Amino acid sequence: MTTSKQPIIDIQDLVTYYGSRKVLDGINLKIFPGETLTILGRSGCGKSTLLRHIIGLSKPTGGRIFIKAQDITTLSEEDMLPIRRKIGMLFQGGALFNSMTVGDNVALPLREHTELEDSTIKIMTRMKLDQVGLAGFEDFLPSQLSGGMKKRAALARAIAMDPDILFCDEPSAGLDPIVAVGIDNLILKLKKAFRMTIVIVTHELESVYLIADRVALLDEGKIIALGTVDELKNSDNPKVQQFFRRIPDPEKIDKDSYLKSLIGETDE
Amino acid sequence: MELVVFEKQNAAILKIVGDVDLYSSPQVRKKILALMKKKTENLLVDLDGVSYMDSSGVATLVEALQLMKKRRGKLKLFNLRPAIRDVFELSRLDKVFDICEDENQAMAAISEG
Repeated sequence: MTTSKQPIIDIQDLVTYYGSRKVLDGINLKIFPGETLTILGRSGCGKSTLLRHIIGLSKPTGGRIFIKAQDITTLSEEDMLPIRRKIGMLFQGGALFNSMTVGDNVALPLREHTELEDSTIKIMTRMKLDQVGLAGFEDFLPSQLSGGMKKRAALARAIAMDPDILFCDEPSAGLDPIVAVGIDNLILKLKKAFRMTIVIVTHELESVYLIADRVALLDEGKIIALGTVDELKNSDNPKVQQFFRRIPDPEKIDKDSYLKSLIGETDE
Repeated sequence: MELVVFEKQNAAILKIVGDVDLYSSPQVRKKILALMKKKTENLLVDLDGVSYMDSSGVATLVEALQLMKKRRGKLKLFNLRPAIRDVFELSRLDKVFDICEDENQAMAAISEG
């Protein structure tokens, strides 16, 4: 990815604590228009926390996050709205409203944030459902859809406002491999079609191989590697190699403390 | 965004200049509805001045097409820039709309049927 372009997202020295625990530890990351960047890492490494900060749902302890050259860490909720309108978010669980039809779920951001007539919104909703392969499902309730279809519906809602940037949190989590690859292909299609910048949080290597232009590998709140899949695969960093070769952690057992835990004694 | 309408034979030509997005699409819709009220027989939309159109713009034109079809009038689009043509193709709406190269072709297309 060329670095001559201005980044659409620029994260500088981002630090965040949960209580006394440092969750993000000096993150620096530039994301360029039109690229698909995956944030990869083990469970609990800070991936989802980083995503929450980029979309402005959490405020960092330190550092700055620029979206289209605006520092969102200093923006009020009101000033954040115009930026948020051009951001699409696919949440891990889909986050569809179960009491609303699929069509009403997709139409929701348009009804909330625009002055468009309902007749226009309905046509847009059908267009979005068609784009995710759910044409004809607008009157269904989420409970009537399979897991993969729910993800597609959630994706249709995420792109309802024609976002410039689409964020996806674990898009294939909980899906079988065939459905998961279908979602990945759909994301690829949308990327090609709408030239969106896409940021995906995942720990699924198969997804990364298929869709990532670049990968940021996060470990204990730090980016330990950043580059293309090939660059990371050839990295000398043992932690990067461990991840890409899927090598489990060596088993560490302290005999005494294990025994104590079994008999119910606690360390002083 | 600017909207200019002029009449030519049995058609109204709507020239759109500027971005057609979530915030400007309602203006386009209003203008098209006003033309419908005036019983415009055929509607030609000149998109030469449009460099960006989002789904709301496309949906607005779908609505216009639906309204024109109801009254057995014709709607033709012309002068689409490549980026705008892409938007139609990606939504497979190039199959739904009659897309002409220029005004002459669009005028000829309404007399052809």
